[in-house]
Amino acid sequence: MSGTSTGQLPDHSLDSFGDAAASATRVTPGNALRPEDIALQQTAPADDAVARYALHLGDDALILAQRLSHWISRGPELEEDVALGNIALDQLGHARSFLSYAGKAWGQTEDDLAYFREEEDFTSLHLVEQPNGDFAETMVRGLFMALYQHQLYTRLVHSADETIAAISAKALKEVDYHLEHAELWTLRLGRGTEESAHRMRRALDKLWPYTAELFQDEPLHDELEGVAVRPSTLRAEWDEQLLDILDRSELAVPEVPAALCWGRRGEHSEHLGYILAEMQVLARKHPGATW
Amino acid sequence: MSSAVIGQDSQNHQSNQPSQGAQKPPTSAGWPLWEVFVRSSRGLSHVHAGSLHAPDAEMAVRNARDLYTRRNEGVSLWVVRSTDITTSDPDAKDMMFESPQGKDYRHATYYKESEGVKHL
Repeated sequence: MSGTSTGQLPDHSLDSFGDAAASATRVTPGNALRPEDIALQQTAPADDAVARYALHLGDDALILAQRLSHWISRGPELEEDVALGNIALDQLGHARSFLSYAGKAWGQTEDDLAYFREEEDFTSLHLVEQPNGDFAETMVRGLFMALYQHQLYTRLVHSADETIAAISAKALKEVDYHLEHAELWTLRLGRGTEESAHRMRRALDKLWPYTAELFQDEPLHDELEGVAVRPSTLRAEWDEQLLDILDRSELAVPEVPAALCWGRRGEHSEHLGYILAEMQVLARKHPGATW
Repeated sequence: MSSAVIGQDSQNHQSNQPSQGAQKPPTSAGWPLWEVFVRSSRGLSHVHAGSLHAPDAEMAVRNARDLYTRRNEGVSLWVVRSTDITTSDPDAKDMMFESPQGKDYRHATYYKESEGVKHL
């Protein structure tokens, strides 16, 4: 305090009222696990399987973040623009944490994994690479993913791998908000105008086929008892919660068959190549550049 | 004359000039304005932080969370429709706020401590 130089004693008369150090314009970064902390920590994934699992989680978040960030400056409202940007940045934060951790098993950084892998090396789900479409499509994709990630991270908080548990605990608070955001819009669009309900039904029909992949067990999960969550075990609760939200929104679960997707094995739709081209071009053109 | 309502101009503009022909899709002109109050910490008051557009009160709180507390600024939010706030009239400044000036007898420091009163 500069007051001490003039010999003034600090005023303690208000110390008993709340947080004495607080001000009406306080801005602090707060404390939370950051990707930089994970990159610095000594702990690496116990084996290759744990690293590959962290890569699954990170790739989903990374591609969803890249898709969502396309809304910036294109949102229907300035306020919604910021909301979608926030969600994109949250997802990017989760991706950075998971990729930083996975990379430690292979001596690679988050940037190596994000910018210098080829399309077939990405293990993300087909749902997250689907185009943004109209606002309803982005909301339906967001609802599907937020419900899924919320249940996944709720369970991963108890993972035997401490780093995955810690990243999940931080991500869970943020996904909690993503879920509420998607739910509030589903309610408003479903019960809004004839046009908004029509667009929501169209978006549900279009994206429903990609939801089956979310619950597909892979041989990798057999190797990770106690560390990973078996995706198929999330299905019942996901269905139940989705049905509840759609019911309240006067929408229905579409009757369209599931699509065959093998994103986890590196088989992607034509969309991912374009996403990666845009995401990776700068880092590849100027390797090692900082800005 | 003695009071004004925030956001009244835009509201009037809307109701007095209905769009001709086909209905336009809703834009921010269709979303009402809300004033946002943030409490930065327990024990402090909510302080006016700014305003935003939102379709309803619930979304206004969510938007306020995104716009005004993303750098860890708050522990509580209030939102209120801008049209629900009645303000003093800027033109009536003299009448409203000039008159207390010079009335130092309204301040405790104006008075001398009375000798006969203990424990003051």
